[in-house]
Parts: sequence; structure tokens; C-alpha cells
Amino acid sequence: MIPELGQFSLILALCLSVILGSLPLIGASRDNTLWMNLARPLSAGVFVFLGLCVLILAYAFVTDDFSVKFVAEHSNTLLPTRYKLTAVWGGHEGSFLLWTFMLSGWMLAVAIFSKSMPLDFVARVLGVLGILCVGYTLFMLATSNPFDRIVPLPPADGADLNSALQDFGFIIHPPTLYMGYVGFSVVFAFAIAALLSGRLDAAWARWSRPWANVAWAVLTLGIALGSWWAYYELGWGGWWAWDPVENPPLITWLFGTALIHSLAATEKRGVFKSWTVLLAILAFSGSLLGTFITRSGLLTSVHAFASDPTRGVFILGILGIAIGGSLLLFALRAPLMKSDVGFSLVSREVFLLANNVLLVVAAASVFLGTMFPMVYQAITDDLISIGPPYFNAIFVPIMSLLVILLGAGPLSRWKRTSMGFLTAQLGKVAVASIVIGVVLPLIVVLRFSLSATIAMAIAAWITLAILRDFANKVANKPDLRSGAAALSWSYYGMQLAHFGVVVLLLGVAFTSKFSTEKSVLLTEGESIDVGHYDFRFNGTERISGPNYVGDEASFTVTRGGKPVSELHPQRRVYLASGTPSTEMAIDAGFLRDLFITLGEEKESNAWSMTIYIKPFVRWVWLGAILMALGGTLAAGDKRYRRLQVRSESKSRRQIETGLQAAS
Amino acid sequence: MKPHRRKRLGIILFIATALSFAVGLTLYALSQNIDLFYTPTQIAAGEVAVGQRIRVGGMVREGSYVAASDSLRVEFDATDFVNNVPIHYEGILPDLFREGQGVVVEGALDANGLFQASRVLAKHDENYMSPEVKAALEASGASPQNHSAMPEQ
Repeated sequence: MIPELGQFSLILALCLSVILGSLPLIGASRDNTLWMNLARPLSAGVFVFLGLCVLILAYAFVTDDFSVKFVAEHSNTLLPTRYKLTAVWGGHEGSFLLWTFMLSGWMLAVAIFSKSMPLDFVARVLGVLGILCVGYTLFMLATSNPFDRIVPLPPADGADLNSALQDFGFIIHPPTLYMGYVGFSVVFAFAIAALLSGRLDAAWARWSRPWANVAWAVLTLGIALGSWWAYYELGWGGWWAWDPVENPPLITWLFGTALIHSLAATEKRGVFKSWTVLLAILAFSGSLLGTFITRSGLLTSVHAFASDPTRGVFILGILGIAIGGSLLLFALRAPLMKSDVGFSLVSREVFLLANNVLLVVAAASVFLGTMFPMVYQAITDDLISIGPPYFNAIFVPIMSLLVILLGAGPLSRWKRTSMGFLTAQLGKVAVASIVIGVVLPLIVVLRFSLSATIAMAIAAWITLAILRDFANKVANKPDLRSGAAALSWSYYGMQLAHFGVVVLLLGVAFTSKFSTEKSVLLTEGESIDVGHYDFRFNGTERISGPNYVGDEASFTVTRGGKPVSELHPQRRVYLASGTPSTEMAIDAGFLRDLFITLGEEKESNAWSMTIYIKPFVRWVWLGAILMALGGTLAAGDKRYRRLQVRSESKSRRQIETGLQAAS
Repeated sequence: MKPHRRKRLGIILFIATALSFAVGLTLYALSQNIDLFYTPTQIAAGEVAVGQRIRVGGMVREGSYVAASDSLRVEFDATDFVNNVPIHYEGILPDLFREGQGVVVEGALDANGLFQASRVLAKHDENYMSPEVKAALEASGASPQNHSAMPEQ
């Protein structure tokens, strides 16, 4: 009975979304205040009913209701309760429900935090999100209903949750990633609302920016969590694999990064307007593409869900309508939005333009590499795969160029910057960073490595440029404290995020360059040297957990005779599904990770295992966290919170003139 | 030329240069890094040159898995139920590697006709069959459905 209530609640959410996707939009174009006012309560309603669906599904998991097909396929009586709860997003149907619920959460947030925007704009934004919600709920009801029953004979016990998903990382990674992903739907809705209303000005950019920044920050965090989870759970010792399912979030992230920079130019200078809108559409398309790739099963990947052609076709339909429709609207409306503010060839605008071009090119090449096997197969019928070397060959040069420009961009001025000013500001910085780049790696690792030198030099270049800029900003103030206090949150956010890039860059460069790994066979009592560390294998013992049995090995790690840590990698077999799973043992450190994965026992009583030393790998995620913090800080800037109500009457006038221009 | 035109031209040229650079780089990288996929039958027919980096997909033949007791070396056959490819791999196999399950292997044929694998992929979802394995089985006429009735371990 309870699951049927979930079904009912899903249908109600669909009905409310249909109204939300139509009346407020019509109301906005006909200036019907009553219909526009429906948008906020309807959004809240959709949120409540989708929330109810999630709760009911969670209830079905906790009470082991195996008559619900989704529960029977993804849970088991032995599963610990916390994993029963997270199993809600452990498969296609439930994770899509979570996705849609996240969308309704963003809708509710827009409904609450939009008091400063004109009513017709809010109605349009929520209306567009309502249409998306219709598509998603319809998709669930038609092809992947999480409340489907197994009648008449439900199984006595469930098939169990995939063992790789029974883990803390899985509790937080998908919700965060989805939240970031879906956040770009909000930015997309802002862009479509701007196209519909014909109003695309600095005020629009100011409304959109905090949402774009938050969505971007959450997506950054979601990707980093995914990378961290894959690192310690999948156990291939890497933090990024260019997997077809990792790539769409990255594509979205690259477009999103371009978008938040382009929005800055639109807000401050009123330039790149239609480009900004296009980026919002592209970032959103990237998120839809990710859904399509993950759920259609068209690409080989560790993440792929069991495939079902009807789902693929349906998502392709949503993809076609959403992207085609918005691009058509863009083509019709964008020419009306000319920006006629000039800027010279050396100016912050041009740096931001370069940033955008590089990021979009990077996104396009990742897209090409991800989709090429699919296209190739459709044309030639041959199956191919594109490996990491392709992505590295493209990505490394583009990103190097981008981070070099990153040093100079924030120091340049809007509209016009003289080359002389930049040289004066950055000449010493450039010299100092080259010196640091050459000397510091030599001191630390006692050998010359070109890639480490380049990475270190670029990192020093950005860091020193940030400090230089900060020094300029506080130079005219009586003292450092008052100078620092006068700077805005968004300034600190920007610099913090840019410093995050530095940390990420160093992490990526050093861990790729200096990591060592060794696959060996050890018997009890043997030890092996890997990269200055001595790993002694103390044997194994049998273990049993709530829903698994296995072996746990024990290692003593020493360096120069001094104990470093004890490591206990495991090899488990999950009882319900019979799937084996390795649990890595990691000694995490700020400067290096020690990492052991246990293989299997050979006839000679020796165990196979792989030992990794990963210097600076934590910096990859630390950098991402700093970037996310920076984005959040920037979104909290005072100027997004004040002075908006006053501008409401003014903006109404602008809409009217805008509409006249459009018609 | 008017200054704003010149500026616009400059920007367009800049974008065009960046794009053509990127396109060139992309095409070069693509041409270097395509791994073609072959089925065991195609390899048996001699379609693959020695040393060419490829992917092979199929099922791990029942009873073919042999592991050395003193090293990390393993051997098994990838099969599409018509032909087999003997595969050598040195390293630790993925958790879901099992006889009778689908597998995708990256590597190259050596002069003795043995496939030296550099990477072995087995899928995380057991209901999920990778397109490569499915294609291999379909090409050999042994559809995966016919074998889904294999006894569970």
C-alpha cells in the first residue's frame, strides 16, 4: 500500500509540474499577475511530493519490502541500515528520482531566494524548470518507475547492493554530483527566461551569477568526491581515468567554468551577452548528455547501468527537445541582444575571452573523445575505444596555456590595460616564479624533472600574481587590516578559487610524475622496498562482517627503521551476491599516500598485491575544495543581496522597452 | 579600417587560430590513440598485425584460467564460443574477473600468437554486458541469451 502512495505522489508531482510549466509562463507573457503568482507555491508543491516519493522509497528499503522491484534488486536483509538508505540512489530508477528531487530542491530555493527579482522573471525561470520537471517525472513514470511491484510472488530476499557502493563515498558522492549537475538547470532556466523576456542586461547577470557560482561550486565538489571515491574504492590507484562517465561532468564543469567567467564580463561590462546565454545552454546540455551516456548503456564504462533501449530513446527525446528548442530560441532571440561596449586588445575582457575559448575548446575535445567511439561505430560498425593518452595529449597543453593566462588575467583592468602596466606588475613575478620553479623541486627531490619544474613555476607564477594583486588593492589603505576588510567577498572568492587551481595543479603534476607502484607476490614475513618505504607482510587472518566474509592482511610500514604505519587491506566476498571486492588500505598524508590493494592467495601461500606510493595526491582534492569554497564565497557577496527591490520598478520599464524591441 | 572593426577582426583571428590549433591537436591525438576492437574470431582469422594495440572482448572460457604460483602471471582464454584467444597477463585481475563472465582486454599480439594484455577490464554490474562483449558474441552467432542459462557459481 505504501509504495502505491509513492506512485500516487509521483503522479501528483507530475500534474503540478505540468501546471507550473504552463500557467506562469503564459501569465508572464500576458502580464497576468495571478498566474505568475502560482509559480512559487507550485514549486513548493512539486518539492513536497517528490520529497514524499524519496521518503517512501527509503521506507520501502528500510522495511525490506522486496515486493518493490527496485528494492529487491538493490537491497538485502543483511545490508546495514545506512546502506539501505543510500541504496535509494544505488540504481537507475532511484538515482533518477533523487536527481528529479534535487531539481525540485533548486526550484524551491529559487522560489524562496528570489524576492529581489521581478515577478515575471521568477515566473519564467520556475516555469522553465517546471517543464524540465515534467520531462523527468514523465520519464520515470513511463520507463523507470522506482515503485514498480513484483507481483504476484515477491522474492524472499533481495539481490543486494553492488559491493562497490557499500561505502561512505557512495553516500555523499552521487547527491553532491547531482546537485551540481542539476544546479546548471537553474542557470539554464535563467538564460531561457532572459531569451523569452528579451531582457539580458547587467541586472540579469547579477541575478544569475550567485546561482551559477553555487552550482559550479557544488559540481566541483561532486566531481572531486567522485574522484576520491574511485581512488580508494575502485583501487586502480588513480584519481582520474577519462572514463566515459567521468567525462560528461567534466564537460559540464568546463562549460560552467567558462560561464561563471563570462557572466563576470556580462555583469561588469555588459559584453559577451549572447555568448553567456549560449554557455548556459551548453553547460545544461552537458549535464543532460551525462544522464544520457550513463543511463543508455551505449558506452563501456565502470559506471554503466544495465541498459534498456527505451530509456535511451526517451532521454534522447528530452535531450533533443531541450537542446534543440533552446538553441532555436537562442537563434531567434540572440541577434536582438547586441552589446556595443568596446574594449581594447589588452584588457580583462580579452583575458576572459581567452579563458572562455580555451575552456570551450577543452570541453569540445573531451566531448569529441567521449562520443567518437559511438559515432565511429554508427558509421563503420567497428568498435573502438579512445584511451587516456588522447585526453592527456589535448588537455595538458590547453590547461597549461589557461593557467599561464590565469596569472595575468586578474591583474588586468577592464576595458583597457597598457602592456607597460602588466609588464611592470608581472616582470618580477615572472622572474621569481622561474627561479622558484627550477630551484624548489631540485631541493625537495634532488633531481631535475622538466614537468615538475614547469608545474612549480606556473604555481609560483599564479600565487605571486595573486599576492601582487592583493598588495595593489591594499596599497592605498592606511593599514593592511582596513585594506583587507574593504575588499569584497567576491574578490576573496575569486582569489581563493584561483589558489585552488594552484594546489590542484601541483597535486596533478606531482602525483602523475612521482608516483610509484609495484605488483608483487609476498609470503608471510617477507618485506619489500618501494620508494624508500619498507613494507613487511605479517600474514592474513579471516574476518567476517555483517554481510560479507573475507581475509584481512596486515602490513608494517617503516622508513629508515622508523615505524610509519600499520596497513590492513582486505579482500571480501559479499554473501548475498557472491561478488568479491577488495578494500584498499590507505595511509593518507598531506605529502604522500601509501596504498595497498590485496590480490589473491596463490597455491604457495603467497599473496599477490599492489603497493602504491602517491605523493601529493591529496592536493588534487584539496585544490577542488578550495575552488568550491571560493565559488561559494563569491556567491555570498553583499551586492547580490541588497538594492534589488529598489530596481524593480526600473526593471519593469526595461522589460517593456525590451519587448517592444523584440516585437 | 575602423578601430572597432580592427579589434573585432583581431578577436576573430585569435579565436580562429586557437580553434585550428585545437582541431589539429585533437585530430593528431585521435589518430594516435584509437584502439580498435576485435573479436576472437577476427583474431583467429589473422586480421590483427603483431604488435598492434587492440582490445579483445569475449567470455573467459571455463577451465582455462591458470595462475602461476610463484609470480603474478596469469593465463586464460577469451572466447566467443567459436574461437579462443590465449591471453597472458601479469598483474592483479579485477574483482569481477571470473570464468564464464565477460571480459575486455587491452594489449597486443606477440610473435607467438599470444595476446599480451596490458589491462584487463571486468564490469562492476553483473547484469551489464559491455557492448564489446555483446558484439563479439553476436558476431560469432552465440548470442548472450543462449549462455545466460549457465549455472551460477
